Amino acid sequence: MSTPLYAALSRPGPASFFNFTFLPKYATYFVNGVLNTLLLSIFSVLLAVIPALLLALMRLSKNRLIRGISGAYIAVFRSTPMLVQLSIIYFGLFNAIKIPNIVIFGFLRLNQFIPFVVALSLNSSAYVAEIFRAGILAVDSGQMEAARSLGLSQWQGMRLIVLPQAIKNILPALANEVVTMVKESSICSSYGCMELMWAAKTTAGATMISLGPYVLIAAIYFAINYPASKAIEAVERRMRRGDKQ
Amino acid sequence: MIELRDVSKVYQIGEERVRALDHASLHVRPHEFVSVIGPSGSGKSTLMNIIGCLDTADAGEYLLDGTPIEAYTENELARVRNIKIGFVFQSFNLISKLSAEENVELPLIYQGVRTSERRERVRQALAKVGLEHRSKHLPTELSGGQQQRVAIARALVTRPSLILADEPTGNLDSHTGGEIMDMFAELHEQGNTIVLITHDNDIARRAKRVVHILDGRLTEVTL
Ligand SMILES: Nc1ncnc2c1ncn2[C@@H]1O[C@H](COP(=O)(O)OP(=O)(O)OP(=O)(O)O)[C@@H](O)[C@H]1O
Ligand SMILES: [Mg+2]
Repeated sequence: MSTPLYAALSRPGPASFFNFTFLPKYATYFVNGVLNTLLLSIFSVLLAVIPALLLALMRLSKNRLIRGISGAYIAVFRSTPMLVQLSIIYFGLFNAIKIPNIVIFGFLRLNQFIPFVVALSLNSSAYVAEIFRAGILAVDSGQMEAARSLGLSQWQGMRLIVLPQAIKNILPALANEVVTMVKESSICSSYGCMELMWAAKTTAGATMISLGPYVLIAAIYFAINYPASKAIEAVERRMRRGDKQ
Repeated sequence: MIELRDVSKVYQIGEERVRALDHASLHVRPHEFVSVIGPSGSGKSTLMNIIGCLDTADAGEYLLDGTPIEAYTENELARVRNIKIGFVFQSFNLISKLSAEENVELPLIYQGVRTSERRERVRQALAKVGLEHRSKHLPTELSGGQQQRVAIARALVTRPSLILADEPTGNLDSHTGGEIMDMFAELHEQGNTIVLITHDNDIARRAKRVVHILDGRLTEVTL
């Protein structure tokens, strides 16, 4: 075992796994990083809900053109790297639209937040649309048939009968999408969004401690996502059990 | 009552075109009990969807109570279904999160019937199918036969001019199916107009008039 990793682990120094000497000075970076990461992920998915519902309904439309438009959007966003999407939106869209440099709540710099939320939620819309579509299709088609036969239009049947039943399939998947976004949002560090990954990169650059900051954020990401996924699983199990009676 | 003239419906699945209805003509008069019999895929459900205003024909004419259906918008069609037609489906199609009485109440809510009158009519409809004592149960807490009886109560509660049933006994054992058929016979005797769709000869014969359907084409059967 004479690999560099082993060396790094066994010998104290700047590259050590557990060198957290940067913490006292840089702790605020990480605290703000957690807040930014969480807000970024939650807002992106919440903002994605309405466009995703629209995309899903379009995807289920009888009209081929409408189906095609939605299908194309979903295909583009699912088949290109998120970093590429982010770059195009950041340099394209937000070159034209300037967000004022305002800080709210003491840590949220709007011009370093809004472009990323928009980029992430445009991407998330494509995935959440598929979540909605699957959730709607999982509802027995007899429910829509019944709704329409009782005098509802297609849209009323969707809104009043099908969607309320689909919600229970959709919510856990939506929560999982937030978990995915917590991880994926790390790419926003590339353009200076002050989330967790940025905190680690900046600290590593300033202190020359190249490993410790990343080990720390790995632990933080894990501490957020693992319990969250477990909780979602538990809720899902409970809902399934409730279904059977 | 129902006047179908040369009605056609074509489904396009990829490259393939399926003629689900091929110049179908049918005239049903008030108080008639007609059954439509045909094998699987012959176009029975397509016919029911068109008669029931759930779908529209590609060609031909459909007059319901003398009014051509093509003249209606989607919202008007929904209203026609609500007021004029009572549906009974093979798989019952009760709204799964609503109790038996709430299911029966639903079409009356959409009609804007007052609460007190609604209660009374729901009670009567459930009594008619012998299920007053199950009114608070959810569909999952009822047997197949009971679910279908709730569905019949739901179809009757609006006093529709036409009852449309698509294989109403298809998911039931023969004894329970027989009970449901007795119920249809009774409804007919009370003056209801019924169109019943089936692939079962014995069931079809319960009606006074039988129409055959094959590859989307209708032919009258003389008994
Ligand atoms: N929504 C649809 N899209 C494409 N094809 C369809 C659709 N609905 C029906 N068809 C086709 O039209 C033909 C007639 O179908 P229909 O459902 O009316 O038959 P059916 O007599 O009710 O059959 P079953 O006894 O199996 O219920 C079939 O070949 C079917 O595959
Ligand atoms: Mg059928």
